[in-house]
Amino acid sequence: MSQRASYRQQFSPAPEIAAKFGDIHPPLGSQAATVEANRCLYCFDAPCTAACPTHIDVPRFIKKIASGNLAGSARTILDANILGASCSRACPVNVLCEGSCVMHRYNKQPIQIGRLQQFAMDSFHASGNPLPFEPGEETGRSVALIGAGPASLACAAELRRRGIRATIHDARPLPGGLNTYGIAEYKLTLADSLHEIDLLAQLGVEFRFETPVDAALLAQLESTHDAIFLGIGLGGIHQLGVAGEQLAGVTNALDLIAGYKSGLITTSPARVAVVGAGNTAIDAAIASVRLGAVEVHMIYRRGAEHMSAFSFEYEHAKQEGVNFFWHVQPTAIRGTGSVESLQLTRLAPTTDGSLILEPGSEFTLPIDLVVLAIGQGTHTTFLPNGSGSATIQLERGRIVIDRVSGQTSNPKYFAGGDCTNGGREVVDAVADGKRAGIGIAAWLEGNHVHA
Amino acid sequence: MSTPKPTLETTFAGIKCMNPFWLASAPPTNCGEQVMRAFDAGWGGAVWKTIGAPITNVSSRYSSIDWDGHRMMGLNNIELISDRPTEVNLREIAEVKRRYPKNIVIASLMVESKRETWHEIVQRAEDAGADGLELNFGCPHGMSERGMGSAVGQVPEYCEQITSWVKEKARTPVIVKLTPNISDIRMPARAAKRAGADALSAINTINSITGINLDNFQPNPNVDGKSSHGGYCGPAVKPIALNMVQQVQSDPAAALPLSGIGGIGTWRDAAEFILLGCGNVQVCTAVMHYGYRIIEDMQDGLLAWMAEKGFTTIDDFRGLSLPNVTDWKYLNLNYKIVARIHEDLCIGCQLCYTACWDGAHQCIHLDRTAPAPDTTRTPAMVEATSAQRISTTPIPKLDSGGAAHSSAITPLERIPRVDEEHCVGCNLCALVCPVENCITMEQINNGLPPQNWDERTSAGLVPEGAREVMNTNG
Ligand SMILES: Cc1cc2nc3c(=O)[nH]c(=O)nc-3n(C[C@H](O)[C@H](O)[C@H](O)COP(=O)(O)O)c2cc1C
Ligand code: SF4
Ligand code: SF4
Ligand code: SF4
Repeated sequence: MSQRASYRQQFSPAPEIAAKFGDIHPPLGSQAATVEANRCLYCFDAPCTAACPTHIDVPRFIKKIASGNLAGSARTILDANILGASCSRACPVNVLCEGSCVMHRYNKQPIQIGRLQQFAMDSFHASGNPLPFEPGEETGRSVALIGAGPASLACAAELRRRGIRATIHDARPLPGGLNTYGIAEYKLTLADSLHEIDLLAQLGVEFRFETPVDAALLAQLESTHDAIFLGIGLGGIHQLGVAGEQLAGVTNALDLIAGYKSGLITTSPARVAVVGAGNTAIDAAIASVRLGAVEVHMIYRRGAEHMSAFSFEYEHAKQEGVNFFWHVQPTAIRGTGSVESLQLTRLAPTTDGSLILEPGSEFTLPIDLVVLAIGQGTHTTFLPNGSGSATIQLERGRIVIDRVSGQTSNPKYFAGGDCTNGGREVVDAVADGKRAGIGIAAWLEGNHVHA
Repeated sequence: MSTPKPTLETTFAGIKCMNPFWLASAPPTNCGEQVMRAFDAGWGGAVWKTIGAPITNVSSRYSSIDWDGHRMMGLNNIELISDRPTEVNLREIAEVKRRYPKNIVIASLMVESKRETWHEIVQRAEDAGADGLELNFGCPHGMSERGMGSAVGQVPEYCEQITSWVKEKARTPVIVKLTPNISDIRMPARAAKRAGADALSAINTINSITGINLDNFQPNPNVDGKSSHGGYCGPAVKPIALNMVQQVQSDPAAALPLSGIGGIGTWRDAAEFILLGCGNVQVCTAVMHYGYRIIEDMQDGLLAWMAEKGFTTIDDFRGLSLPNVTDWKYLNLNYKIVARIHEDLCIGCQLCYTACWDGAHQCIHLDRTAPAPDTTRTPAMVEATSAQRISTTPIPKLDSGGAAHSSAITPLERIPRVDEEHCVGCNLCALVCPVENCITMEQINNGLPPQNWDERTSAGLVPEGAREVMNTNG
């Protein structure tokens, strides 16, 4: 059992971070929550539930808020999604549950499902109660999980509820993966992510921190466990491949976000360029604004219509005062010792739709910090590739799985989350992990394998 | 030719009033200052908070039922009659009448069941200038223990006796206020009529316990850990009041000019009471909730509706709906309606579907996208299929086409279908549908002539056993 340390106290963010990254979704008061809950129609086979990757029974948990059964509401959420608190804050609800609420078709505001879920989970955490589930009767089987992100956490919870031992390995000193280190602090704080994960230890999930898994350790884990779950996420952010990339003052979005969330970074240089236009790029740009940058530019090769960020994230960035450069590409980073400017070249579309550099269109932006957010690579070199153990099939760097069970081409290996889907949301990783947990249990049951 | 402008002027049991809106005897008519402000706001009359022997009230006194975010759907009170000395009340009545001669003040009375006591209070109230008297035989708590209020209203003989004592003395119209806490409201109404009452008013409050506190197990309203049976009123009681009004007004032995009370808050409510035969209406809870100012729209709205319907006076539509309420055995058994879902309005909540499966006749189905109608799929089977669907967050970059499904249009598979052949026309689906006019009930021409239970029985089409069952239901 873990000591019930208050993560909020232990990991409360630096005061300047807390002040600049105030909660984007202030909690609902209890009366407001009841009124909002009563607005829900209690649809049959509700579209919001169908849209949720973890299929939280939305009308059920909402009606429990309306009836004042807050413990039951949290149990309903946790039963489907063990990271229900993080998801209530991190989920892009506009394209998920709230986006499919029938109220849209009635010219009404959708039910604020995310904020109601947050309300139920906040009150559950405030109660100090343990998770409303017991570990299953011990089966003697065990699974090693690689990576302590949402996929592994969800998988481990399912395994424990079925009496299967679950040991999670992670290279970092704290659990949660991107849930802890990668979500904008105004959505989900590092402390809240850790607090939620702490509850999992009650189910008997074990953690091995600062334990990077290489091929040798993996082989050892494979021989001592009944199955392996890979929840390894993606690799580092891609390089630009231009001159000056090694200069001080060039960083990447993930390091920037993890840095300010864990209190290592508390200010920003004055002029920042973020290269890329995905959701992570937007998070980095907004973070720079909040950390005190005077000018923040986003640099993207294509037009606004092609950006991979959600449109509400784009709107948010505009509101924060982020400036956008479309159809440009960084062609050099300049500076002596550290970054002084970024050279950009315009891109012109060709007839076949590809983009080419427009000669003579170069211009230079004075910049103090360049933040790269142009996609992540994969991290699969340590996986079995034929010698001794069956190969794990990959496709464009992603691990190929059976969507229902999470099983890879090597039957003893299961996987889920970003390493299988190329990088989606926390809730998708939780759903993958949950399906894999159930899949592993079913496979062990059918196979009677024993280590 | 245009119809003359409608007027709200009425004469109720001989009492002429500028409009049919009176304040019921209750806190809003507690003192002269209040009643005068109410008259300034536009109320035609006020039945003074019941005057009688000195009493002591408890605190707290009120509790209520909220529903679906609405406060005070039903209000409950355990307060007694006026806690002010009779002289003070009568002096203020005189003052109000002097300053507002055109407005009506009715003295509500409740005293000991003694002939002389009643004679005395009648004399004093009339001397003060009251335009009429209302006998409070309805107060469900506190007073009944002392042989007053509903203790009188529940026993027709007492009701008759006291009314006749009052009639011996009274020069102004006598209104008997009926309690609903009785199995047949017509009995005390008939008694009052036998005794010569000029009018009736109904209903007073209904015995109630509004709720129990789940932390300390004590009922509301809490008086030092205990409560008592109170009187229920407000929007929740309107259907009960309408039913009692109809019962009294369709009984020739009971029918008298009737002042309708119970859950009235808008001109629409008032119009319904008048359509069932009321000569005017009284309001309490709605004023306690929103204040005297609600009278403005009550008048305005009623006048507009009267103009639209071509009525010039209240009497033009008073009682029009009475013939439309009849005994079950006279209803046309060959009338057939079915539910129709208007696809263009449906938002796909499927409340109608669950309602018909669990609460009606299992004839709404989710099979529009099935190759052929499939009436065998149960709700559990539908849910089991959905639970297996894998959904992911639509990410613009990863999902070509980008956009998630449009949430503006209801997908066909979510729009339920009514199996009209098995629909019994119960209305339930239309009642639960959150979208106005999305489900309409349509008449089916089955080619059969109207036929009611009576006709069917006399035609010998109903077996003996069934007659008994159906009669008890009716
Ligand atoms: C707090 C309170 C006190 C009342 N006191 C009296 C009373 O003294 N005499 C009386 O005849 N009715 C009394 N009533 C009943 C009202 O006159 C009226 O019959 C009842 O509230 C139903 O009307 P409503 O639904 O408009 O409130 C009282 C009602 C309330 C809520
Ligand atoms: S779709 Fe909207 S109204 Fe229907 S159950 Fe979900 S949240 Fe409630
Ligand atoms: S209740 Fe109304 S809106 Fe909802 S599915 Fe049925 S018809 Fe459509
Ligand atoms: S009217 Fe009644 S029986 Fe007919 S479809 Fe609606 S709920 Fe079912």
